[in-house]
Amino acid sequence: MNLQATLGGITYTFSNLKEVMAKANEEKSGDRLAGIAAETVQERIAAKTVISNLLVSDIRNNPLIPIEEDEVSRIIEGDINERIYAEIKNWSIAELREYILSNRVGDRELKRISRGMNSETIAAVTKLMSNLDLVQAAGKVEILTTCNITIGQKGTISSRLQPNHPTDSVSGMLASLKDGLSYGIGDAVIGINPVDDSVESVKRLLHATSDFINEWEIPTQNCVLAHVTTQMKAIEQGAPADMIFQSIAGTEKANRSFGISAELIAEAKDLALKQGTSRGPQVMYFETGQGSELSAESHYGIDQVTLEARNYGFAKHFDPFIVNTVVGFIGPEYLYNNKQVIRAGLEDHFMGKMHGIPMGVDICYTNHIKADQNDIEDLGVLLSAAGVNFIIAAPMGDDVMLNYQSMSFHDVATLLQTFQKTPAKEYLKWLEKMGIYENGRLSERAGDPTIFMR
Amino acid sequence: MNEQLVEQITKMVIEKLQTTKTTSTSQIKNNDEMPVKLFQNAPTGNLVVEKETANTGTDVKFVPIVSDKKQPEIKSVTKKTATEELTKSRAKKEEVLEGLRKQTPARIVVGRAGTRAKTDTWLKFRFDHAAAVDAVYGEVPSELLERLGFIQLHSKVVDKEEYIRRPDLGRRLSDQSIATIKEKCKRSATVQIVASNGLSAKAIEENMEDVYLSFEQSLKNAGIETGTTFYVENGRVALMDEIGEILQPDIVVILIGERPGLVSAESLSAYICYKPHLGTIEADRMVVSNIHKGGIPPVEAGAYLATVIQKILKYEASGVSLVKKEG
Repeated sequence: MNLQATLGGITYTFSNLKEVMAKANEEKSGDRLAGIAAETVQERIAAKTVISNLLVSDIRNNPLIPIEEDEVSRIIEGDINERIYAEIKNWSIAELREYILSNRVGDRELKRISRGMNSETIAAVTKLMSNLDLVQAAGKVEILTTCNITIGQKGTISSRLQPNHPTDSVSGMLASLKDGLSYGIGDAVIGINPVDDSVESVKRLLHATSDFINEWEIPTQNCVLAHVTTQMKAIEQGAPADMIFQSIAGTEKANRSFGISAELIAEAKDLALKQGTSRGPQVMYFETGQGSELSAESHYGIDQVTLEARNYGFAKHFDPFIVNTVVGFIGPEYLYNNKQVIRAGLEDHFMGKMHGIPMGVDICYTNHIKADQNDIEDLGVLLSAAGVNFIIAAPMGDDVMLNYQSMSFHDVATLLQTFQKTPAKEYLKWLEKMGIYENGRLSERAGDPTIFMR
Repeated sequence: MNEQLVEQITKMVIEKLQTTKTTSTSQIKNNDEMPVKLFQNAPTGNLVVEKETANTGTDVKFVPIVSDKKQPEIKSVTKKTATEELTKSRAKKEEVLEGLRKQTPARIVVGRAGTRAKTDTWLKFRFDHAAAVDAVYGEVPSELLERLGFIQLHSKVVDKEEYIRRPDLGRRLSDQSIATIKEKCKRSATVQIVASNGLSAKAIEENMEDVYLSFEQSLKNAGIETGTTFYVENGRVALMDEIGEILQPDIVVILIGERPGLVSAESLSAYICYKPHLGTIEADRMVVSNIHKGGIPPVEAGAYLATVIQKILKYEASGVSLVKKEG
């Protein structure tokens, strides 16, 4: 494995794969906080050059966290298809990039090689790609998943309706829900972050959303994003849940700090299949985000892009219905400004799609980060062009429970109209029946929540 | 926790939220522009006629907004009775919408311009974000700190930029500040109170005086001894660990500005820990958050904190350890 590159008369030598992977990243405050970022811009490009010459086999043969020490490593390693790996193991990462971008390569080919690569390889090629590379390549992949309805078709962008309320008031949640539905939001999931993580509170919100969905025959699915163990208890006690949610991370140790393990997630999936209310077969929902491993002090000196890729390797194992990165939520010590958030959003979406998972994005920012609504509108446009499976929306983009800003109901409708896309087909039919959509866009009546009042 | 108190506080919070909601929405009510309009005035002349376009991905036909097909005719309402009826039904609908708005502080039922937000809704949103950003970068007036008699110290952070990028430096006192507290502060007090701007200077400015004075008074009434209170510019919550090591109090309470939200940019939190030390796990800290005039009112919060302190002293534990000891 050659870890040296000479650029502009200077020879740059990196001591190991971990170091060169970190230094090849685009600038991220989180890598700097971890003390692993490139010292100069030129060193960053030297690291990219080294990576471009590494072989796919170099990356697999030099595990960043050995399988003996970490179950996420074990899961990723165990899911590799050996025949496909054998076909690509002697490719350089530069060749891999050019294959992905080739006009002869599309959805089928990318899904196939995806099975022969580990997450670190996908992270490595991501470091060689420009923003537009990431948009174009991700746009080739179409990932369809089914819970109650099927989402992910080309020409569609689905959305999660996030009707959070600061005291979990059911009537308050329903008010935001009705408002969002009247803008055609909510085909990916009606997903609530509860303030109170108790079983009783989760049951109450699951019943309320399920009753509303049934009353109005809405072709969608519900979820209350409490800790996985709380949701499991609620389901065991008879609450109607279409899927089970959990935040995940890219190392076993970080997952432990979230109070989860692969075994627990497998149990949850089993329970959702046996006692959940949806058709399936996809019944899991995961959230991720660059920087969470460093934040949990379990990053092993690995950069945040590579760790994020490992999230997707872990997620893939459980065949999720939806996965999204909450890019921009974690704070400026990990993603400093609009530029870093936009880059991370495109990286995460591409890496998810390259893993073959149904990738969405919570396009968002907090109030202590150097970004505003204009910046996330930009990222919304880029991700729509990249074929994102779904995005998250709150009333006017202001989440009054989590105290951060995401896309608004208006933003989702605007992106759909601008890109001539629609919500998922089954959902679109229902929107037309309700008079919210006509001719592929919002009707005159749209935006009027009294549609849902009898 | 005292269930009755929690219930009472939650009720107060909800009541506050609802009152704020009513004031803000009444402005919309007075506006001639109804949030949900049944039709827009059709443009006349110079229409840019879009052609119907095919989309390869779905079987949906995208019909242009301004089509060359005949627009449905908009009849002008001339009869007086019809106008009255329309006004009546609009008023009734507005009442229903108002009912929805009252259910949540979320920005719902705001209308739209095409698919975009109305101008006033958009500007209100931008203003609230601006206030949140300014709260992060604002300064705590030093006359307030002087009036309260706080010694003024610094973390290892030099400015707000570094504060945001380096949480590790915000968790440590500057060398000068360490020397100062060693020289001036009482050691082994029962309760050591510390204040810090954290992520909202506004939170300190608006709430500190009321919270602190009521907290101090409540502790005094309960016969609990306090140490020498000081203020740390640009501190983080885990700063209490180093303070615990140096001054060895039984309990450290840090009153710190929260990351601002759009509903409130001036919310204060109190983090409390029993015998904090370097290496304290996060789960052993307790927090009372959302202290501001629209949340837990600062004077009440001060009194409530004193009851939490009494409990911690009784069980000699905080956070998860306290929950375990309580059984």
